[in-house]
Amino acid sequence: MVPLNWYLILAAALFCIGLFGVLARRNAVAILMGIELMMNAVIINLVAFWRYLQPTQITGQVFAVIVFAVAAAEVSVGLALIISIYRRRNSVVAEEMNLMKW
Amino acid sequence: MPDFSKYGIGNIFIYFYELLGWFLKSQLNLPAELAGVIQTLVAIVTLGTFALLIPIFTIWLERKLAARFQDRLGPNRAGPYGLLQSFADVIKLLGKEDITPTGADKWVYNLAPLVGVVSVVTLWAVIPLASTMVGANINVGVLYVVGISGLGTIAIMMGGWSSNNKFALLGAFRTAAQLVAYEVPMIIALMVPVLLAGSMGMQDIVNAQANSTWYILMAPVAALLFFITSVAEIGRAPFDLLEAESEIVAGFHIEYTGMKFGMWMLSEFLHAFTIAALTATLFLGGWHGPLSSEAPILGIVYFLVKTFLAYFVVVWSRSTFPRIRVDHLLSLNWKFFTPLALGALVVTAVAQKLVDTYLPGAGDAMRTVALFSANVLLVWLVFELIRRSARQARAGAEGGYEEQGEAHHEEAGHGGHETQAEHSPAPASAH
Amino acid sequence: MTVSQILFLVVAAVMLISAVLVVTLRNLIHAALWLIATLFFVAVLYVLLDAGFMAAAQVVLYIGAIAILIIFAMMLTRRVMADETVQINSQWWLGGLVAAAAFVAVAGLLNASAWPGLPAVDDATITNSIKMLGTQLTSPDGFVIPFQIASILLTVALVGAIAVAGEKK
Repeated sequence: MVPLNWYLILAAALFCIGLFGVLARRNAVAILMGIELMMNAVIINLVAFWRYLQPTQITGQVFAVIVFAVAAAEVSVGLALIISIYRRRNSVVAEEMNLMKW
Repeated sequence: MPDFSKYGIGNIFIYFYELLGWFLKSQLNLPAELAGVIQTLVAIVTLGTFALLIPIFTIWLERKLAARFQDRLGPNRAGPYGLLQSFADVIKLLGKEDITPTGADKWVYNLAPLVGVVSVVTLWAVIPLASTMVGANINVGVLYVVGISGLGTIAIMMGGWSSNNKFALLGAFRTAAQLVAYEVPMIIALMVPVLLAGSMGMQDIVNAQANSTWYILMAPVAALLFFITSVAEIGRAPFDLLEAESEIVAGFHIEYTGMKFGMWMLSEFLHAFTIAALTATLFLGGWHGPLSSEAPILGIVYFLVKTFLAYFVVVWSRSTFPRIRVDHLLSLNWKFFTPLALGALVVTAVAQKLVDTYLPGAGDAMRTVALFSANVLLVWLVFELIRRSARQARAGAEGGYEEQGEAHHEEAGHGGHETQAEHSPAPASAH
Repeated sequence: MTVSQILFLVVAAVMLISAVLVVTLRNLIHAALWLIATLFFVAVLYVLLDAGFMAAAQVVLYIGAIAILIIFAMMLTRRVMADETVQINSQWWLGGLVAAAAFVAVAGLLNASAWPGLPAVDDATITNSIKMLGTQLTSPDGFVIPFQIASILLTVALVGAIAVAGEKK
């Protein structure tokens, strides 16, 4: 029987790996991949809590499904923005997007 | 020896499963959990082997059928009636040189055909072969089928990208665009049998069809739509722009030779048979037939008959229809199939609800008639809309030669294949 | 160590290794393929958690749509075919420190509290979970409003993505 905190620690580890990806990568698409890892960690958390605390009520899974939809919407808009930026500036390196820097 | 009389007649897979379990537990004295794991592994290997042996037969069948459609004989040299032709082809492919193009991504290049084959073989895990024989009776079988199709798209993109060849990359892009686009009406059309059966599990859908009528009578539009979009999903004619040799130089598998190319071909032919099996399961009643619940072996026979019928229609449509142009392909999907799928789903849901509200004691025949007439209404509505738009396009084009060409183009683009016959007598009556 | 614990540890280990490869590989296409592997192992984890619909939805949505979208975007935004430039920026050590600190803090907090064990749930609940999910998502005293707002959000995102990324003719 797997204790609940194992799942939560796994989700925390995945979240922190995604966080490292967001903070340390140069390519904007790679940053988006890190964000995807973080969203997946969140959904693992939700489903684990559903299973361990309230498995007879489906509310936990409803929450997770809505988060799925939001993640899909966010990644599609993010990639559209990246492609649009690539068309203008011919680069997707995040450090070079510095038009608004002081 | 295990007691075989409590399973139905001809329940061969369960016989062997139980025999193996008895052998492992009593003769070799293994603990029950380990014996269960070994039993499951043997069952998986058996089902996978059965799925992989199917293309040997269906490749021969398809070549013979396509040849007869083209008024020639097909392979008849290797073995009686050319039955050993597939073996000859495999031996030839094994003997070919295994080239990896320079600059290709070795791991991804070698992994792509494998992922392609895996994505098709794992579909056989959820297809119910008889009333008691299904690989994994999960309650999200339909969603599993959709997911595995997505995995096939990934395999094609891996293959196209790693070949270090611009034509392969373009072919992979086009293929991925087509596959992702045609998934949308396929998923919506798949929701119709789920709606009618009340469950996403494949065995539940077949049981529901066994209790009422086959869903091809209750939802013919959805059945046709699922069939057509599945044919587009496997990249078959008339949607085979992506890999036809006269087009984009054979598309994403241009750099593959030898057995890796053989694996792409294997996955394509197996996928064709698999979607025939899925159409048979979801719309033609699967293993259901007379006496199929008492004797599961008859269930397998009925299932194979229906699958081969659907596969014959796949080969028939491949030999009959011309290839669709790539811009027609996508506009056909987004402007015709997706609204039609949504319309079919809404019509089925509304008709089902109306039957439940106003005819509460309705039997299966009544419900089938109501749903069928709702579908006929939808088809008539669609034809009216197409006819009206074609009439407008033709009226706007009277008197201009190049505009007339454009109206014909628009007619061909909007019509889709099943209305092509409607249009040819219509111009005569309009003029 | 029960079988389920061993299974969980194996899946968790492979998933974390794939995730580390996603964020450290120099070849971005390989990183995207390892992302697909990570998402697949997350789906396996959902199966271990008796959430079959979530597992299937994960494969359909994340692997079948989002991962393909990411691979497409990656292929469309490359300047050369073989891109081997450095993919870690100059402050990676700070990012690593922050991530490690966050993990240690959260894991310490999690281990300090007592968590309930796994409640037994009968098969009927598991098989009926999809029906319950569908009923809850569409019933007025369930979650139909968040569901509809999520679908409006998706439509807005769809229109917005096409408007932003479409070619200006």
